[in-house]
Amino acid sequence: MHKIKTIILKEWAEVFRNQLVVFSVIFMPLLLTAIPLVMIYTMRDVATSSAGTPLPPQFVLSLPPGLSGGDYFLVYMVSQFMLLFMLTPLMVPVNIAAYSIVGEKTTHSLEPLLATPITTAELLAGKNMAAAIPAVVATWGSFVLFAVGAKIMIPNPAVFAAILDPMWLLAVLVVGPLLAILSVNFSLMVSSRVNDPRVAEQLSAVVMLPLLLIFFGQLAGVLFLNRKLVVLLALGLLAIDVLMVYLAVRLFQRETILTRWR
Amino acid sequence: MIQTENLTRKFGNIVAVDRLTIQVAEGEVFGFLGPNGAGKTTTVRMLTSLIGPTSGTAVVNGYRVGQDDINIRRSVGILTETPGMYDGLSAERNLLIYASLYEVKDPAAQVEKYLRMLELWDRRGDPAGAFSKGMKQKLAIARALLHEPRVLFLDEPTAALDPEAAHLVREFIAELRHEGRTIVVCTHNLDEADRLCDRIAVFKTRLLVVDTPARLRSQVFGRKSVFHLRHAAQAVADAVSGLHFVKNAQILDNKLLVTLDDPEANNPDIVRILVGLGADVQFVAELRRSLEDVYLQLIKSA
Repeated sequence: MHKIKTIILKEWAEVFRNQLVVFSVIFMPLLLTAIPLVMIYTMRDVATSSAGTPLPPQFVLSLPPGLSGGDYFLVYMVSQFMLLFMLTPLMVPVNIAAYSIVGEKTTHSLEPLLATPITTAELLAGKNMAAAIPAVVATWGSFVLFAVGAKIMIPNPAVFAAILDPMWLLAVLVVGPLLAILSVNFSLMVSSRVNDPRVAEQLSAVVMLPLLLIFFGQLAGVLFLNRKLVVLLALGLLAIDVLMVYLAVRLFQRETILTRWR
Repeated sequence: MIQTENLTRKFGNIVAVDRLTIQVAEGEVFGFLGPNGAGKTTTVRMLTSLIGPTSGTAVVNGYRVGQDDINIRRSVGILTETPGMYDGLSAERNLLIYASLYEVKDPAAQVEKYLRMLELWDRRGDPAGAFSKGMKQKLAIARALLHEPRVLFLDEPTAALDPEAAHLVREFIAELRHEGRTIVVCTHNLDEADRLCDRIAVFKTRLLVVDTPARLRSQVFGRKSVFHLRHAAQAVADAVSGLHFVKNAQILDNKLLVTLDDPEANNPDIVRILVGLGADVQFVAELRRSLEDVYLQLIKSA
């Protein structure tokens, strides 16, 4: 375990010297938190005339009865942007893990590292956690900030409870870390195979596309996230993550990495 | 300490190392010489379990390559061709990371020991990226020694160093040798190999020859004694040529060059004959061919 801890601390010491990484870990989640909060702030005095605004029926059915039309509309609009909390655990690891292996190749620090008694599993576990932990902390931290902000701005406890539906708690607390693991391992696999850090970063960003598709699908009314879907998503991600971890270890070919890159 | 038998490594159809069979004794300084692409670094990588062999066997420190790789990595130190430091981290931090990975018992004390030994202690807080090439090389040597390995692999230890830094590194290697460590040095610096190595392996994908520098010289060029005479006449050379232990005698630039197997035993006899012939012998030396001459001759005939 101490070797894994050494790798984690080493990665953080190196990576957080990069202002772009610091920006992505701190400011991007804050920005993504601000969007729904601004939405709440601007819509908190929505007039009851909004009661006539058509909302997806399955959405209205999922909400507790007794809320005004304006409240329904507020909850609906804020819910569209809650998916942004799922972007943080995908985005943060890309900036850290994409550089992870290919960066060591370009600085020639990989060979002396592999010459130590560290196993491939320990090395990748360290790099995994070094990228995943900041992503999860940023996701949970930004969600807590959102919850505090929403609590302050929404006087109606029923509306607050509707916005912070257990579905979103499940999404942030469970799906978030699973997304982080997916993003890290995908980025590590890309980083192991390419020879340019910029290419690694760009290819790794592809992992965000499915979530963006869901986000825009929801905005367009094509898709509607509910608790059942989130549970299925969590289970599916768990299976994918196990496979990704396995593939990341298998694809990390020490010899190929050492001998093709001098 | 190190034993290989028909150690081979191929990359696709390219044979990088071809049936290498060598033995390196404990406490020996062993040189790997060869042109670029000869397989020196590939051999070091196999012996340090960074890559596996295609065929053949190797045993390092009693551990078999391909079976006890973690134990091999625990027990050897390697100075890689490029130091590969974490440039943004301090010298001390770099070493502490490796001390942890090598499971060193008292990392801080060990790091301090080697930083002081290599005269880097005052710069321990500076980022490794700010170091000169020589300092980075010294830092990399410290990294290779942290876990007190009995076997060291040094790949081009003085490459790209200025003369002063190179001298410091060579002195340090000589100190390590006095401690009884087994050291394998890959180098293009033939003078350095000549000075440091007990034996040298010359190879070009396959092993051409392994021997001490002195025996390599005598194998390739024979041994020659040089008699500096006040006036060197051909008659003197003819007289010496007639001796049964002399292979060849010739005059060159007022010097008598005599090729023979055992100068230590036969030089006094030659001096007596020269004096008897009335020649004024000013001094006697052995013609020492450089290791570069030996190496070039070996590579040319390979």
